[in-house]
Amino acid sequence: MDVDALTLARAQFGANISFHILFPSINIALAWVLLFFKLRYLRTGKQAWMDAYGFWVKIFALSFALGVVSGVTMSFQFGTNWPGYMQTVGNIAGPLLAYEILTAFFLEAGFLGIMLFGRPRVSERVHTFATLLVAFGNSLSAFWIIALNSWMQTPAGFVMKDGRAHVSDWLQVIFNPSMPYRLSHMLLASGLTVAFLLAGLSAYRQLKGDRSAGNGVALKTGVRLAALLIPLQILVGDAHGLNTMEHQPAKLAAIEGIWHTEKGAPLLLFALPNAETQSNDYAVGIPHLASLIIKHDPDGEIRGLNEFAQHPPVAKVFWSFRVMVGMGVLMLLTAWFGAWQLRRDRPAARLDRRLLCWLVAMTFAGWVATLAGWYVTEIGRQPWLVTGVLTTAQAAGAATSSMVAGSLATYLALYAGLLLAYVSVLFHLAKKAAGQADAAVALKEVQA
Amino acid sequence: MNAAYWLPVIFAGLMGLAMLVYVVLDGFDLGVGLLLPLADDAGKDRMVASIGPFWDANETWLVLGAGLLLVAFPLAHGVVFGALYIPVLLMLVGLILRGVAFDFRVKARDPHRPWWNAIFAVGSLLASLAQGVMLGRYLTGFAEGWLPWLFALLVGAGLSAAYALLGACWLIMKTDGPLQARAIGWARHSVAGAALAVLLVSGVTPLVNPAIAGKWFALPQLFLLLPLPLLTVALFALLHLLLPRLARRQALGNDRYCWLPFAVTVGIVLLSFWGLAYSVFPQVVIGRMDIWQAASDPEALWIILWGALLVLPCIIAYTAFAYRVFWGKADSLSYQ
Repeated sequence: MDVDALTLARAQFGANISFHILFPSINIALAWVLLFFKLRYLRTGKQAWMDAYGFWVKIFALSFALGVVSGVTMSFQFGTNWPGYMQTVGNIAGPLLAYEILTAFFLEAGFLGIMLFGRPRVSERVHTFATLLVAFGNSLSAFWIIALNSWMQTPAGFVMKDGRAHVSDWLQVIFNPSMPYRLSHMLLASGLTVAFLLAGLSAYRQLKGDRSAGNGVALKTGVRLAALLIPLQILVGDAHGLNTMEHQPAKLAAIEGIWHTEKGAPLLLFALPNAETQSNDYAVGIPHLASLIIKHDPDGEIRGLNEFAQHPPVAKVFWSFRVMVGMGVLMLLTAWFGAWQLRRDRPAARLDRRLLCWLVAMTFAGWVATLAGWYVTEIGRQPWLVTGVLTTAQAAGAATSSMVAGSLATYLALYAGLLLAYVSVLFHLAKKAAGQADAAVALKEVQA
Repeated sequence: MNAAYWLPVIFAGLMGLAMLVYVVLDGFDLGVGLLLPLADDAGKDRMVASIGPFWDANETWLVLGAGLLLVAFPLAHGVVFGALYIPVLLMLVGLILRGVAFDFRVKARDPHRPWWNAIFAVGSLLASLAQGVMLGRYLTGFAEGWLPWLFALLVGAGLSAAYALLGACWLIMKTDGPLQARAIGWARHSVAGAALAVLLVSGVTPLVNPAIAGKWFALPQLFLLLPLPLLTVALFALLHLLLPRLARRQALGNDRYCWLPFAVTVGIVLLSFWGLAYSVFPQVVIGRMDIWQAASDPEALWIILWGALLVLPCIIAYTAFAYRVFWGKADSLSYQ
């Protein structure tokens, strides 16, 4: 396989997985949020919670459909794009993928119909239980996929025999060194994505004149959830970084832009990593801070890229990381300011117009941060597909460049169209709901 | 007999089961998608409502089938889906369009709705055609030349007709009134196409594969196998006679046996599937690779097998429960 076909195969898989991850990152947490709305309704009897459920379950259905169809695509591309993958690590990847399908896919898809459309046909308890199972299935699916992805990053619990991996300990395979960090990081990322989606769309409805209680509780839930999760995410992210330093030091060096091993390394805020000169151009940094964060010692030594025979492309990892952290900082400021504005049960209806506009702008902040984070971890793993076991080039298939180029163009056009349709339908639904709420309020006033 | 012999056989069986369940379940909802342009607006809504709660779970069987091929027969997965690269791409595009149109058609702006309806139908057609082409290409062992491709295209058209038949019979069962009457008409029109498809596949497969012909046309197997095609012909004949009678009774407001055409069609699918499975087994890529050559290590297969034995009964139970909940005539879907 020539380099071009490899690049194309990677671009195609990258495009598919980037498009796919957008929807699970909404569904995983949104399912739990819907369960929360339902339980609040059952506890308080307030219609507002059920109204919030009724609006957001539509968004869940739409996101779920997009997640399913893009996920089906993945199940075919594993084999066609990366045949060497299953040949080498099939004993590990096979069972993990099979368990995802058997225990998680079927569970969520099986109960989705009842969750979405079954409320008139089953008891309230069965409907709540179906919602719970869909949420559980979604998270279980993330568990298996993250276990496999983490194993590819930090493989454990296996021996190599005749060029194939054989499992020696399943617990070590599943709970490999980076798995707990990556799983918590991803689940929190999903929580934040949904929190900002809730806040953003509800703010949009409010700007369109929606003063309904259902929209108010959704807005509050979004802002407060974000305020609660963002500090947790920063802590988990820090722990994940320490874990990366221990197990994938080359990735960490690329993240920090450290070309040569140094003590008291600065935290670079801006730089253009230059692969030719093996240094950074226009670097602006805070002295000693990288060492302080990573080694918890201002003069700690961080291993540079020069110590590794192979290392990931520096600029992509370096910048993706800064985009992720930058979004995280924006999220922290937004969520805490918003939560302060909503303190002690101040009504959401009193929020300042400028804050509402800003929340609308931040609607998809979670997507940006999640994608950037995945680029850090996946590009940061290169040139390995499975660290130390199999390189990406070794796993690539024999499909010809022209075929992959054609299918890549098809997928890209399709995904661009779907993304546009998804975002515009989300705002259209919000506008329509705002219009209906407005009409309902007007009707009440007329009747009064 | 050892595990290295039995495990691939069991997994070929599981994979076959997943494909069979997929063809029946997604077959009827793809078929409803194919028929969508023929109905009026209210009919369209009701047709989509009849499959709305199920399609997600139905499609999961395809993921399971393709997933089992990937994890249990990785060598075959690469060969098969490498050779089927373009039809697989078209099928995926079709399934993506069909799957998202379900949701977009009711959530998008009203003027966009006819577009999403069209995308729903086009996606269903693309997926059905592509699946038929995949089957046709697979059965000739991916032979090149215009004749094998023509055969593949004909199988594509035939499978689409079969899906339309399944879809129409599903609608006969799940609807009433004018839509049900029209569905009976659609079913009558698709029977011939479906019958031609079965005939074509049954006739051509032994012709291009001498080994398969040998399995069928040797004595004494022939007599043991004969009930298979005979029963299939009988079921087609039954369908041919049944549908006009059903139409007359339906016009009088009598809805009894509305489930029978669907049951008969599923019977035809089962028989055809058995015929195909008998022809192909134990090959996994015809003329090139049998299941033992393509199989993964037993250690991975054992782990998956235990999981499958434990979980599959649960899946079947809650799938049955979901169908039970939405039993009876389909009414309009609402999220509340």
